[in-house]
Amino acid sequence: MRGMSSIVQVITGLMAGMLILYGGYITLHGHLTPGGGFAGGVLIAAALILVSLAFGSVEQVERKEYILSSIFESFGGLGFLALALTGYFAFDCFFRNAGVFLIGKPLQLVSGGVIPLANIAIGLKVGAGLFAIFLALGASRFVMKE
Amino acid sequence: MIELYLLLAVMLAAALVASETKNLLAAAVALGLVGFSVAIIFILVQAPDLAIVQIVVETLTVVFFTAVILRTTEIDTTVTGGLKMETAMFIAAFLAFGGLFLALIVGVLRELPRFGEPVMRVAQEYVQFGLERTGAANIVAAIILDFRGYDTLGEATVLFTAVIGVLTVMRLVTRKKPWEM
Repeated sequence: MRGMSSIVQVITGLMAGMLILYGGYITLHGHLTPGGGFAGGVLIAAALILVSLAFGSVEQVERKEYILSSIFESFGGLGFLALALTGYFAFDCFFRNAGVFLIGKPLQLVSGGVIPLANIAIGLKVGAGLFAIFLALGASRFVMKE
Repeated sequence: MIELYLLLAVMLAAALVASETKNLLAAAVALGLVGFSVAIIFILVQAPDLAIVQIVVETLTVVFFTAVILRTTEIDTTVTGGLKMETAMFIAAFLAFGGLFLALIVGVLRELPRFGEPVMRVAQEYVQFGLERTGAANIVAAIILDFRGYDTLGEATVLFTAVIGVLTVMRLVTRKKPWEM
C-alpha cells in the first residue's frame, strides 16, 4: 500500500488544505499582522511534507515535483531581487519601497507598497525550498538503503 | 519578568540534562523542553511570528529525534551507583570555574542598558516613522522588508545556498535512479 494507514490519510486530507490556507493567510497578511513570508512559507512546506509523507512513499517521488519545487524556489528569489531592482530603477535607491505613495491606505490588505509582494516572493522561496530539501533527503535515504 | 527568569532556569536545567543523561529519549525530551521554552519566551517578549516558527521547527525536531532514537537504539536499563573521587574533583573544578565566570558575567551585564529600555536611536526612528514611511502596519515587516531589505536579501541568499548545497550533494547519491537518467 502506498503511504501510511487510512486513519493518517483521512486526517491529513482534512488538515492539509487548512494548513496551506493558513500559510497563505500568514504570508498575504504579513504587512498587517504578525507573521510574514518566512513563517507562512514554513507552514506551506509543512503541509506539503505532510501530504507527501501520508499519501506517497518517498521511493516513488517524481522527478517532476523535484524540479518544480526548485523552479518555484528560484522564482521566489528572483522575484524578491526584482522588487529590490524596481526601487532602484524607479527611485534611484536599491530596496526603495516603490509603491508606497501609489495605492491603498495603511491597515488595508492592499497597502504598504511592495512589502506584500516581497512577502509573497519570500513565502514561495521558503516553502518550495524546504520541500525540495525534504524531497532530496528522502530520495537519498532510499538509495543508500539499497 | 519573574516568569522569564524561571523559564531561563528551566532551560538551563533542561540543557544540562540533555547533555548529561545516558537515556537518549530523555535527552530528546529535554531538548524539546529547551526549544518550547524559547517559544514561550518569544511570546512573553511579544515576538509572536518568531514563536510560530520556533514552535513549528521545534515540533519537527523533537518528532524526528524521537523517531530516529526509537528506531535505532535499545533502552539501556543498567544503573550505575556511587560517587567516585575523580567525579567529585571534576564537579568541584566545574563549580569553581563556573562561579568565577558567573561573577565576571554579572559584572559585564551591569554595563548593559536595562531590559526593555534600549538606547539605540536608529531603532527608535524605525518604531516612530515605520507606518508613515512604509505603509505597513506590522512593524516587523516594515523593518525587514523596507528599512533592512539588504539583511533580508542576505538571509534569502543563505537559504538559497543551503538548498543548492543539499540538492547538489544529494544529487551525487541519487544519480543512478531511473528518473535521473
